[in-house]
Amino acid sequence: MDQFIVRPLFGDGDVGVFTITNATLWMALSVLGIALLFIVGTRGRAIVPTRVQSVAELAYGFIHKMVEDVAGKDGLKFFPYIFTLFLFIVFSNFLGLLPKAFTPTSHIAVTAVLAVLVFLTVTIVGFVKNGAGFLSLFWVSSAPLALRPVLALIEVISYFVRPVSHSIRLAGNMMAGHAVIKVFAAFAPLVLISTIGIAVTPLSILAITAMYGLEILVAFIQAYVFTILTCVYLKDALHPHH
Amino acid sequence: MSAEQAAEHAVEHVADAAGHAAEAAGSGGMPQLDFATFPNQIFWLVVALVVLYFILSRVALPRIGSVLAERTGTITNDIAAAETYKSQAAEAEAAYHKALDDARAAAAKVIDEAKAEIQKDLDVAIAKADTEIAARTAESEVRIGEIRASAAEAVSEVAKDTTKEILAAFEVKADARSVTSAVTAALKGGAA
Repeated sequence: MDQFIVRPLFGDGDVGVFTITNATLWMALSVLGIALLFIVGTRGRAIVPTRVQSVAELAYGFIHKMVEDVAGKDGLKFFPYIFTLFLFIVFSNFLGLLPKAFTPTSHIAVTAVLAVLVFLTVTIVGFVKNGAGFLSLFWVSSAPLALRPVLALIEVISYFVRPVSHSIRLAGNMMAGHAVIKVFAAFAPLVLISTIGIAVTPLSILAITAMYGLEILVAFIQAYVFTILTCVYLKDALHPHH
Repeated sequence: MSAEQAAEHAVEHVADAAGHAAEAAGSGGMPQLDFATFPNQIFWLVVALVVLYFILSRVALPRIGSVLAERTGTITNDIAAAETYKSQAAEAEAAYHKALDDARAAAAKVIDEAKAEIQKDLDVAIAKADTEIAARTAESEVRIGEIRASAAEAVSEVAKDTTKEILAAFEVKADARSVTSAVTAALKGGAA
């Protein structure tokens, strides 16, 4: 679990609010990577894009289309915001897969802030856009009248559970993958100590490789899921009527 | 180290590794729940997100958006230009075919005119030649008639002279007039 510990980058003191920690370093590396890709990579503004520029354009097109398809045309105002979340998560996830790296998105503190930001944005936008009409999100008008209060209760609970599931899903996936790799890694050097290792070590290494491949997939999918759920919530805020 | 010892050692290590795993799974040691680090992480996260948001919304996204729009515009313009060139090419082809047809028609006309001209010249020449031939023929016929007449005269002359000579040779007296009429009558009868 060493890999998840937040510790100061310089010296050994306590972790204060403004202490530069390994979390700071890896968040900064994500920001740096994104800046490299999206500012340095696109500085040519080429009509026929370079390789790096076309990667940046691909990411732009991917999220732009997702926001437009899921949240609708009026959701495009929030595209820079959603794109920021997506890029931060995807870069953190992938950089976290480097050996010795720290993964900010494996921490509930980070994902909870991301999810609460989305929750607050969606709730505020919902009320600003629709006023009290936003509450019709909880009042399922297509259901029989007798059932509506019950459904409303369930809808309200599910609405407030959203940020919890939203954040724990991401942190849990990232943490679990890293932990499983760590467990297999603990078995890997067995061959140095015992003859049983002749069988266990290759299996562990194979398992680490397989898990790593899976984690590459998960790193992208979790960023994708977080983003598309944000779009779905945004759609609820913009068009609350079922 | 005996085999027994080695096995014991290995079992110990496996137990150790499993312990690690158990520790990892156990919530007691989870750094994620070390609330002392939360303010720090949240502070730096907010800093990172704000920086990212400004990088993206101020620089990167407008730039990529304008590049994409420009590309779409360029492609649309190029397609439109290609359409124009295509229709121009079609027009040029039509004009070329029309010019070709006009030239053919003009050539045919010139040929017809030349033929008519030649025919006219030919007709004139033939008519001239015909009249000339007719004139010559008439002239020749006149000549032939003269020759024939003179030949007939010469024959009657010779016949009279011969008759006179013969009569003189036979000592027959005959006047010139009766001889002439007799010869003429004989010649006519012979001719008939």
